[in-house]
Amino acid sequence: MKLTLEEVEHIAELARLRLSEEEKERYGEQLSDILDYAARLQAVDTTGISPMSSVLPARGKLRPDEPRPGLSLKDALRNAPDIEQDQFRVPPVLE
Amino acid sequence: MTEIVNLSLGELLANLHAGDLSSREITQAYLDQIDRLNPALHAFLTLTPEAALSQADEADQRINTWRSDPGEDLPPLTGVPLAVKDVLCVKDIRCTCGSRILENFVPPFDATAVARLREAGVVILGKTNTDEFAMGSSTENSAYGPTHNPWNLDHVPGGSSGGSAAAVAASLAPVALGTDTGGSVRQPASFCGVTGIKPTYGRISRYGLVAYGSSFDVVGAFGRSAAELVPLFKIMAGPDPQDATTGDVPLPDFNLTLIDPGDSLTGLRIGVPDEYFIEGIQGEVEEGVRRAIEELETLGAQIKPVSLPYTEQALPVYYLIAPAEASANLARFDGIRYGPRVPADEMWDIFRHTRGDKFGSEVKRRIMLGTYALSAGYYDAYYGQAQKVRTLIKRDFERAFEGVDLIAAPVAPSTAFRIGEHGDDPLSMYLEDIFTLPANLAGVPGIAFPVGFDQKGLPIGMQLMGPHFQEEQLFLAAHAYQLITDWHTRRPDLNGAS
Repeated sequence: MKLTLEEVEHIAELARLRLSEEEKERYGEQLSDILDYAARLQAVDTTGISPMSSVLPARGKLRPDEPRPGLSLKDALRNAPDIEQDQFRVPPVLE
Repeated sequence: MTEIVNLSLGELLANLHAGDLSSREITQAYLDQIDRLNPALHAFLTLTPEAALSQADEADQRINTWRSDPGEDLPPLTGVPLAVKDVLCVKDIRCTCGSRILENFVPPFDATAVARLREAGVVILGKTNTDEFAMGSSTENSAYGPTHNPWNLDHVPGGSSGGSAAAVAASLAPVALGTDTGGSVRQPASFCGVTGIKPTYGRISRYGLVAYGSSFDVVGAFGRSAAELVPLFKIMAGPDPQDATTGDVPLPDFNLTLIDPGDSLTGLRIGVPDEYFIEGIQGEVEEGVRRAIEELETLGAQIKPVSLPYTEQALPVYYLIAPAEASANLARFDGIRYGPRVPADEMWDIFRHTRGDKFGSEVKRRIMLGTYALSAGYYDAYYGQAQKVRTLIKRDFERAFEGVDLIAAPVAPSTAFRIGEHGDDPLSMYLEDIFTLPANLAGVPGIAFPVGFDQKGLPIGMQLMGPHFQEEQLFLAAHAYQLITDWHTRRPDLNGAS
């Protein structure tokens, strides 16, 4: 199976990755190789086998719903590339 | 006296407690060794010498207070230097994850594992190199350049925790933290000739570990011997309200110093799976591991064949599920809340351009692979089927552990390969992980330790795997082996490297 350029571009768009033409071609080939290799899983009989959801027994334990201190505003913003008035700044999203 | 940087963790603590060495002297000795060797090894990405020395001075004060009044509490690792893999957050120290997309990220908090070790008194030397977001088996995928294997600088140290493994092997740190998602502690431990523990999934909190594959990720540690890893493990382990996968599993209070070297493993049943001694494995690796298994037998262990028939499916299962989880986890890197931003007029372009430009080649490849495996029309065939086969792999271990206590196997098919050997061939690189992936898929613990050297002078490693939450048995067996062998005491000759 060989991924088409359109498929590679579609995946890149789902993942929000800008790729160069060279990258699209290279990833197309490499992903095709890896997926071909992974296709051997189709031959494994998994009739009646549940997909794994956790390697440990499910506990579903909830912690008490009590307010606790979190990051301060200053700490939450300190790594942001662009802030204004204590908020993350981005270009206009709505026209 | 032995050079400070060659003292074991136990010897360091004894010297500190007796007042024969200060934490400042020890920390300075390690910083000097780092100055001398890190340029050639590139094990550390970020060094914090001033903070380290000030933590050392605080440790010395506590030790002095304790010495004048032993009724005072002294945290167990007070004054001991530690290196931390650069995917674990340490408050106020840059955490790059080996990536350009976090080149200026300074965490405002400590990972739980780090916080617990700090409370135990450690001195943090700095952050060690890693494959970008822990995705790799050689540390070549770091955006900041590869780490070199201390035994031969032309070879890789393994990965992804290659910086931490190389740091311990070259005595740039007595102990170091790593993480193991698909073998990233055990394989570099094997390649660098040091001891590495990958605990049970959920044993140590993942809070503050930058997520790669959340159903696999676990914090582990490197030391020169199994005995050195026990205190770190005990301190880091246990439930954390910040990580719901950590459970209330009792932590056994074991003490390796009580072990009698004579017949210390009497009654222990060790399984040897055929599926891990396959064609293509380096002959010297197989011989070294088989010899080590015989030595475990002389200690009283009972050696039995076991079968893990789904072993060969581990690679395709892992390389579908882990990238799927990565594609979701790495969605948070978008140029808005942290990291650099590639400017654009439109917000969606900020995402596309920042992620496209700042993620490295392997990270983008795994994001693409995971996105594909989860996308409409392919989910059942790839991701769903992989999760079913993962159940079968876990059952392999459950069945095997009905008849044996531990499983012994090689860590990797060969000793450390050359830098650049796998070029741009991802599948051949993934094949390096075939013996470490199954433990991650099943969530079971493993320990890797040196059992010999090949003709090129590169270390050979063996791993022991155990049932969930049975780390005690792993430490015990590795320690018993290290009491009758000296592979773990060998150090590389780095006089030409400085």
